[in-house]
Amino acid sequence: MNIIVNGENHNVPENCSAKQLVELLNMQNDKIAMEVNREIVPRSQYENFTFNENDQIEIVRAIGGG
Amino acid sequence: MSTKDSFSIAGKTYQSRLLVGTGKYKDMEETKQAVEASGAEIVTVAIRRTNLGQNPGEANLLDTLPADKYTYLPNTAGCYTADDAVRTCRLARELLDGHNLVKLEVLGDEKTLFPDVDQTYVAAEILIKDGFDVMVYTNDDPIAAKRLEEMGCVAVMPLAAPIGSGLGIRNPFNIRTIIENANVPILVDAGVGTASDAAVAMELGCDGILMNTAIAGAKNPVLMASAMKKATEAGREAYLAGRIPRKQYASASSPIDGLFF
Repeated sequence: MNIIVNGENHNVPENCSAKQLVELLNMQNDKIAMEVNREIVPRSQYENFTFNENDQIEIVRAIGGG
Repeated sequence: MSTKDSFSIAGKTYQSRLLVGTGKYKDMEETKQAVEASGAEIVTVAIRRTNLGQNPGEANLLDTLPADKYTYLPNTAGCYTADDAVRTCRLARELLDGHNLVKLEVLGDEKTLFPDVDQTYVAAEILIKDGFDVMVYTNDDPIAAKRLEEMGCVAVMPLAAPIGSGLGIRNPFNIRTIIENANVPILVDAGVGTASDAAVAMELGCDGILMNTAIAGAKNPVLMASAMKKATEAGREAYLAGRIPRKQYASASSPIDGLFF
């Protein structure tokens, strides 16, 4: 199924969890935060949170800024 | 100066009155060196999309500036609506494991980066209700500054001049009025160009100063960071010492008594 991650289409297995996505993107060691359809998904819920077709996902990190 | 001259934001005490941004540096190493040279204890960070497919093992800001050494101040730079700013703060809180201290800025215009004060009020109200400790960027407007304080912001941060402009303190009289009226820390945020600007801000009685471009954009950022540290301390000491009044005419430093001609 298709989901939108940081504005890009991604094809992932049905019932893909937030944890699986993080692993697919090779971000399991990164300090990130995730929002699905504008709602925060806490890190503690990644394992149980599954996506639906066309979910809009934002994955953010901290970078340099003033 | 005595290390007792500290100030507190949201219940935490800091010795350094210079807060620095972490943007616009050449690389992480330069960021680290400049931040260290500045003596800052509070560093701003931005929240942005991760680059998908980025190199694993790439230097990371939060590792470069570790949380046991620095207080992070996630900002809402780039937000033009209250909604975007609130969203950014909530993501920052999740990212930083429940960290509540944020720098709220809602911009009104890309050319000047002046704040949209109306949207800033809206965002501040939502964030404060939601448990955030809000340090708020605003205009050098005493009425707006007071209102943001009364809403419950933990620090109010009027601009000295447009962000990144390096124009220095454009309206010292307003900054002084804001300070006189305030019961929360007032920090000048944005517009500083060089060390003397930082000193002027501190001499006016600001509790602190926040800058990024003035350091990161200097030819030698690490040396400028050191200069800013000294200027901030010098300005603070001068403020505490109490400057002499300005007079139009001279007043001799050596005694008149005992002249032998």
